[in-house]
Amino acid sequence: MPRKLPKKDVVIVGLGWTGSIMANELTDEGLDVIAIERGPWRDTPTEFPPNYAQDELRYRIRHELFLRPEQTTFTFRNKMNQTALPIREWGSFMPPNGVGGGGVHWNSETWRFQPSDFVLKTHLIERYGASFLPEDMTIQDWGVTYDDLEPHYDAFEYLCGTSGMAGNLRGKIQDGGNPFEGPRSRPYPNPPQKQPFSHALFGKAARDLGYKPFPQPSGNMSQAYTNPLGLHLGPCTYCGFCEWFGCGNYSKASPQTTVLPHLIRKSNFSLRDNSEVTHINVDRSGKRATGVTFVDTGGDEWEQPADLVILAAYTVFNVQLLLHSKIGTPYDPVANKGVIGRNFTHQTISSVNGFFDNKKFNFNPFISSGSIGMCIDEFNGDNFDHGPHGFVGGGYMGQVQTGGRPIQTTPVPPGTPKWGAAWKSAARDNYLSSVKPGSGVHGSFYSYRDVYLDLDPTYTDRFGRPLMRMTIDFHDNELKQNAFLTDKFAEIIQAMGAHTVEKQYRKGPYDATEYQTTHLNGGAIMGTDPTTSALNRYLQSWDVPNLFVTGATAFPQNAGYNPTGTVAALAFWAAAAIRSQYLKNPGPLVHA
Amino acid sequence: MRKAIKISILIGTAAAWLCAVGMSRAADPDEQKFDRIQRGHYLATVADCFACHTVPKVGKPFAGARPLETPFGVITTPNITPDPETGIGAWTDQQFDDAVRKGVLPNGKRLYPAMPFPAYTKMPREDVLAIRAYLATVEPVHQAVKTNTLPFPFNIREAMWVWDALYFTEGEYKPDNSKSAAWNRGAYLVQGPGHCTTCHTPKSFLGGDKNAENLRGSILQGWFAPDITGDSKQGLGDWSEADIRTYLKTGHNRISAATGLMAEEVVNATSHYRDSDLSAIATYLKSLPQRQDNPAAPQPESSLMTAGQAIYQDKCSACHGIDGAGVPMLFPSLVQSGLAHATDPSSAIRLVLRGGRSVATKQEPTAPGMPSFGWQLNNDEVAAVLTYIRNAWQKAAGPVSADAVGKTRDQLATRAD
Repeated sequence: MPRKLPKKDVVIVGLGWTGSIMANELTDEGLDVIAIERGPWRDTPTEFPPNYAQDELRYRIRHELFLRPEQTTFTFRNKMNQTALPIREWGSFMPPNGVGGGGVHWNSETWRFQPSDFVLKTHLIERYGASFLPEDMTIQDWGVTYDDLEPHYDAFEYLCGTSGMAGNLRGKIQDGGNPFEGPRSRPYPNPPQKQPFSHALFGKAARDLGYKPFPQPSGNMSQAYTNPLGLHLGPCTYCGFCEWFGCGNYSKASPQTTVLPHLIRKSNFSLRDNSEVTHINVDRSGKRATGVTFVDTGGDEWEQPADLVILAAYTVFNVQLLLHSKIGTPYDPVANKGVIGRNFTHQTISSVNGFFDNKKFNFNPFISSGSIGMCIDEFNGDNFDHGPHGFVGGGYMGQVQTGGRPIQTTPVPPGTPKWGAAWKSAARDNYLSSVKPGSGVHGSFYSYRDVYLDLDPTYTDRFGRPLMRMTIDFHDNELKQNAFLTDKFAEIIQAMGAHTVEKQYRKGPYDATEYQTTHLNGGAIMGTDPTTSALNRYLQSWDVPNLFVTGATAFPQNAGYNPTGTVAALAFWAAAAIRSQYLKNPGPLVHA
Repeated sequence: MRKAIKISILIGTAAAWLCAVGMSRAADPDEQKFDRIQRGHYLATVADCFACHTVPKVGKPFAGARPLETPFGVITTPNITPDPETGIGAWTDQQFDDAVRKGVLPNGKRLYPAMPFPAYTKMPREDVLAIRAYLATVEPVHQAVKTNTLPFPFNIREAMWVWDALYFTEGEYKPDNSKSAAWNRGAYLVQGPGHCTTCHTPKSFLGGDKNAENLRGSILQGWFAPDITGDSKQGLGDWSEADIRTYLKTGHNRISAATGLMAEEVVNATSHYRDSDLSAIATYLKSLPQRQDNPAAPQPESSLMTAGQAIYQDKCSACHGIDGAGVPMLFPSLVQSGLAHATDPSSAIRLVLRGGRSVATKQEPTAPGMPSFGWQLNNDEVAAVLTYIRNAWQKAAGPVSADAVGKTRDQLATRAD
């Protein structure tokens, strides 16, 4: 029997971005909040100080900041008729661990989704007809609109000190910004970051080709900033160690730099770290959560009762907890019934490397930041007519190279030997004069009936419970989208003056060993219909109204942007609903 | 039989306590007066009684038992809660006043000046008794503390007769009528209850204040408490009065941040000072004159400066900037740092070797930290980078030697914090 702890008003599972935002909002409401975090406490000067944070081997190659697969992992397969096997080393995504979660190691690319992304199904059917969509595509409208979320996007950007150039200010298109974005109520809190040479050159080439390039919205500070909670961030030094790394310079927006120092001073907030929540407890009716059970590092079980449970772990861990706790009906792709596990998605990314004459071009690629870059949005969402192309979706693209880190930044032209003297001399000759944009093409990943999460029939975790199983593959729609976008991207890299371009199309099958962003989405999606969604428009469980689930778990499908801006906006949105509606009258906020 | 003795002791104690209370009440019929207790609370905060008389984080407030490091050994602070047996509940007001303002215990023995009675003597009796009135209201804690933990010969309290004769000038603060009321209030707070002098005024070999060098910086517990006079080179010359107020209120300002012992002082005391008192302190400190004896610092070798500059750009400039200006309220300015340019570089060496966490306050919760470089830079390298910082940007504070770094490194090895 677990030992029972004193009851709290709110228990939050996971203290990353959304857990921190929720905790701060709900403690402001006067509630007594405890967060339970699986990993350790992490703090800037002690965990990733600037005198060793820039260690590619430790953080990138050896995954210092991520969950150890030994603690828990997933099984993976492409197709429903295959047997899934456990992932023993992280590859295509990086499950975060510890206080700050993915907000520690992210690049801080801080995008908003487009207005049409939130009403995707309605929008696409209106424009192209239902028959234009692949038969097994299961995209949905979100039940929430861009206008609903605009104040909350704004709140997150001002919390973070996002550096960027507005493209649409209250409906007026602004020169130099993204003309395709939804209207924003005010400019970014900070001007855009400065662009290094190759990034600026991409902007020029794109402009020459008739596009409207703009600086990527960035959570790396273009200048010193004080956020609304009174926390200070310093100017980014363009050190080029951002993604995979914690920022030692207080220059990257993270829970550590923007929320936690304020939050931990509150007497109505407490945290248990190194404690893994294993179960959400419900009462006999099954309709009311009574709290959570967690296990500490000594293996002892504890029960934390609470009136309100907020699931704020990484996407797939939220789904796993729902499945293990038997909350909501598990998704069955054969019967096409159930909700927990459905509409699991990732991101469709690819890139194009460009090689330039090293006598004319010196890009100094190590001068960079996590969300540096000039981008174009002409081929995102439904910003172009998909009619002739036979696919839906799209993405932004740009020279968003985040560094010239030595282990992973040795691009050599196609045909170069893989090792030996010839490789060495090619690596030397090209290091300063090549562009390697990372996820240069950042495409959407729409949802399908046979891409989902469920419990594995064979493999179990250290508690003897089934591992969660991922069934995921690319569909033709995404591969076509990617081929089209990658070709467009290559034209711009070519126009920069490259003598050689190397297109790296995204090809199927989905490869779990190759990194493709950590943007896993869905599995307990929001919507308007409890038969096809797990959560209502306020991220509230349809089945258990005192349970809210934050994070990209709620995305019905993924757009062609990095998700964090939307993840955070949804957290603020849900927190506002709890504060203004739920607490006055605890119960379902939407009656289906 | 044993039981009977115990009971009689209890009765005796209670009687003594009641008697003491009765006596003090008799002396002042208005002891429970609310505003007196309030004033006493504020003065106890200004005097920061809590800091020394409470074990940080775990101790009960004012129950003592905090070890204080002095150049002569460790002194453990007494219990000043109203517990009649182990605290000061049985003391008369006169006994309390004698201890605070004269350094004399009820048994006639002398206090060591770790208790800042040489500063508290500047307080008027009514202020001391107000503190007493407040302390009488805190939770009594039954905790006996062996206070005199000094080694021989310093454990001979009788020696304090001599010390007092040499260094202790009894007497209340005498206002200087040629100065403003604010200046006088500031001088009173700094020299009296605020006892800034206890840490910031240089000490003789016997631990007495060198009054001629009032507030020009002193070493304690491995830190150099910097010069806080208006001196432009090592002191607060570059600080405005608003900078001083902001620093004391929040622990941070556009130039600097509190860490180490000052961080405690900010949390326990100065962040709770009234704004008018902080202004008065700023007025007084800024009025303290430029050093007349600033010796020309020796010119560092250019090779040391070159090496130091390279290390600075590699290790320090990301936060403190190539120009050393830092980021206001986040990363201290090294150009304007009196601590970096102090004659005694102990604190600067310590910060480089061990790093430090700045203080978190309500107004400034960020609490940025500096990482430790002691594992990364050897003594020569630390000396080089500090030499650069002290002499770059049109400053000339002289070199730091690798020997000095080595000594600090050795001392730090024995320190827990």
